[in-house]
This record gives sequence, structure tokens and C-alpha cells, in this order.
Amino acid sequence: MIKIENILKSFGDSIILKKISTIFEKGKTNLIIGQSGSGKTVLIKCILGLIKIDQGKIQFEKSFLYSMGQKERAKLRQDIGMVFQGSALFDSMTVEENVIFPMKMFTNKPKDEIVERANIAIRRVNLINSNNKLPSELSGGMKKRVAIARAIVMNPKYLFCDEPNSGLDPKTSIIIDNLIQEITKEYNITTVINSHDMNSVMEIGEKIIFLENGSKKWEGTNKEIFKTENQSVTKFVYSSELYKKIRKVYLNEQDNN
Amino acid sequence: MKLFLHLGRYFLMIQKTFGKFTKWKMLKNLIFREIDDLIISSIGIVSFLSFFVGGVIAIQTAINIDNPLLPTYLIGFTTRQSMILEFSPTFISVIMAGKVGSYITSSIGTMRVTEQIDALEVMGVNTYNYLIFPKIIALTLFPFLITISMALGIFGGYIASINGGFASHSDFIEGLQLDFIPFHIFYAFIKTFIFAILLATIPSYHGYFMKGGALGVGKASTTSFIWTSVAIIIANSLITNLLLT
Repeated sequence: MIKIENILKSFGDSIILKKISTIFEKGKTNLIIGQSGSGKTVLIKCILGLIKIDQGKIQFEKSFLYSMGQKERAKLRQDIGMVFQGSALFDSMTVEENVIFPMKMFTNKPKDEIVERANIAIRRVNLINSNNKLPSELSGGMKKRVAIARAIVMNPKYLFCDEPNSGLDPKTSIIIDNLIQEITKEYNITTVINSHDMNSVMEIGEKIIFLENGSKKWEGTNKEIFKTENQSVTKFVYSSELYKKIRKVYLNEQDNN
Repeated sequence: MKLFLHLGRYFLMIQKTFGKFTKWKMLKNLIFREIDDLIISSIGIVSFLSFFVGGVIAIQTAINIDNPLLPTYLIGFTTRQSMILEFSPTFISVIMAGKVGSYITSSIGTMRVTEQIDALEVMGVNTYNYLIFPKIIALTLFPFLITISMALGIFGGYIASINGGFASHSDFIEGLQLDFIPFHIFYAFIKTFIFAILLATIPSYHGYFMKGGALGVGKASTTSFIWTSVAIIIANSLITNLLLT
């Protein structure tokens, strides 16, 4: 569980995050949605401690991020896996070396065991015959899979994904979404996904928070988002005719039931 | 005011570079890789430049001492002094600010743009130590490169003098040995060592704190070259004043 309270962050005169509070629940895929520039990425980076907040509290289980000592924070970092928007794979390393990296850096396990665990993670994300390939030889979807494998190889308690579907075709997007959801359940981790992909919202949004201009405007589940009358959410989620129709069909079905 | 901000951030970066250390097993590999990328790969260009500049210094000196009262051994003397005191330590360092400096800035800058540095930070890696420390250690071998430059520059001068018929073998060697002050070598290596630290840290700073995308990487590389060159020239002036006057 991750709890954030009254997060305030500004850059110069512009306030990017305006007192945001929520709880990201364990074993669930928690989605942060909103338009580009609404503060989603800044919020994730604040939770990770990559950007220092001006005010507020960030709590991982019972520990507060900004009250932790260096050792405690270093330990917390090893419980966090992160999938970046552009995958952020290390260019000079092969797929296997990328996945091995966190274990090599933070554990003293024998090489065989490290390689074995990396291969389990690589197989888990369904990457076959790619261990010796460089990131430049992989497709966008494959890079995402490697990034997920690297994020889960240390058995993290928390998984963060920054727009995991950006740049992917619809089919691959669904595969990546499902993979993240399966991993969340399988490892019982707290997953926080930053997305503006409506398919993800409908498919895997077990908890959704909607940001607009740095403020939290709505919070609910993928079922509740169909019924909401919140103007900000409906304008954003149902901006296309297709999604308006989907909503209509869904609500009709609900009424009939 | 901005200059103080950069200076403060630069010194904090150096402090953090010597903070939490990366695992030795990994650091060792990184250091060897940096030695290969920064030092070994520069041997060719440094050798080429030094050999020909040494030759040109010898020819220029020979052409300009047309007075028969001036001895030809001055060609060897001038080549030695020019190479040891200025060209090899200072100008090779400025050239390296272009080659090595741009490489450092663009490689770290690209890691920043592609969020690889963020990925390392999320994992709990001290990114300053992981990225910058191996470069500093690799560049402590920079005096080795400068030694090659000095030797090849003098050799270039010798070849140019003999082939051009400007001085005999014995005259050139006599010039080389004339009034030799071993402290000058020491002075050159002190300079080189300080320039090596500047060469490793200033481009790293510009890469690490760069902003923007691919265009930003290009801009950061250019800015890094300018500031590294400026810092080398200022440091050169200060060290020379301190050690030789």
C-alpha cells in the first residue's frame, strides 16, 4: 500500500500538483489518468523520490519516504520496480544483462543463480530467444517486456509504470496491460500505472484517479467510470464518439440487468 | 548569480561522486571500459597530432633562425620546450576537451534524455558515483597519453629537422639536452593531472544536468567543450604562475 497526503509541488511560479491525496492499494492495478501536462509523470516521480515535493506526506506501508534514513531508503528502492515510458534500457547491455543488472548490483548471489532468476523473469514476460540481443535490435513491445522483466526480477513490492502503452499498437498494448495485471496478482504487489490509454482504463483500472491541471478531480474503479457524471472525467474519457457509444451500450446493459 | 549556482552544483556533484560507492565488481568493469573509451581510443589522434605539430615547430624554428650567429641546436631546444611545457599538456588537453569531453557529455546526456539515469536512481544506485567516478579514474591515466605526445612531438621535430636538412643529428640532440630542467616535466604532469580532473568532471556535469531532448544533448556538448577549454586555459595560467614564476 502507498498512501499520499496533500502532495504539493511547484516549479517556479507554476503549481504542478495541488494537494493530491489518495491510497494505492496492494494487489491492485492503480491507474493515474489525465491529459498530457496534468501532472501524472511528476506525481509518479514525486512518489519515487526522483522529484522532491514541497509539501505533503508519502507513505510506503508504515514508513514515510521523507522521514527515512539513507539505509532505509536504499532498502525501499530495492522493493520498487519501474517501467519507464521509453523503457530506459541500458543501450550498451544485452537483454539478459539489463535484467541481471539490479541483482548484480544489489545481491551477492552466485552468477548461476542470478542468470537463472533473470531467465525466469524473461520467460515470464514471454520473451524468447532474445537474451543476447541489444535494445537497439528490439521492437517497442519487446523493449517494454524487457523493462517489465527488469522491474520484477528483484521481486518488488511496488511496481510503477509510466505510460507502458505509449508507442505500441493496440494488440501489443493489450498484451502489455494484461501482463502487468497478471504480474500484480501473481506477486501481490502495489502497481501504479500512469496512462492516458482508454483501453487500459477500461481493462485493468481496478482503481483510477483522474488528474486535471494538477488537481485530483475524481477517484473510482473502471466500473464506476462508466456511471460517473463528473464533467471533467466524462469530457476526457468520452471525448471520442466510439467511447461515448461504448458507455451508452454498457449503461444500457446495466439497466437491462 | 547563475555562475554561482553552477559552481555550487558542480562541487556538490563532485562530493556525491565520492559518496556511496558502487559495488567494486561492477565499478572495476566500468573503469576498464572507460580507460578503453577515453584513453586507449585517443592514442591514435594524440600521436598523429603530436608528431606533426612537433615537426612543424622544428621547421618554423629553423626558418626563423636565419641569423648565422644563432646555433642550429636551438631547433631541438625549442621543440623540446614547446612540446613539454605547452603543446602536450595544454593543447592536447584542449583537443581532448573536444574529443573526450563531447563523448562524456553526450553519453551521460543521452542517458538523461532516455531516462536511464532515472532508472538507475529508482534502483537506488548512486548515479554520480556510477557514471562519473570511473571516468575520473580512467582519466588519471591521461599523463600517460601526454608522455606519448611529448615523445612523439620531439621525434616529429627530429625527423623534420634531419629530413629537411635544418639540423644534424648531433645538433638536434645537443639542443634537446641543453639546459634541461627536470622540474619542467614535473610541472607538465601536475598540469596534466589537474586538466584530467577538469576533463572528466566538467563534461560530466553538463551531461548530467542537461535539459531537453536530442537537441539539448548537442547543445550541452558544445557548452561543455567551451567551459572545459576555458577552465583548462585559466587553470594553465594559474598553475604556471604558481610553479614557474
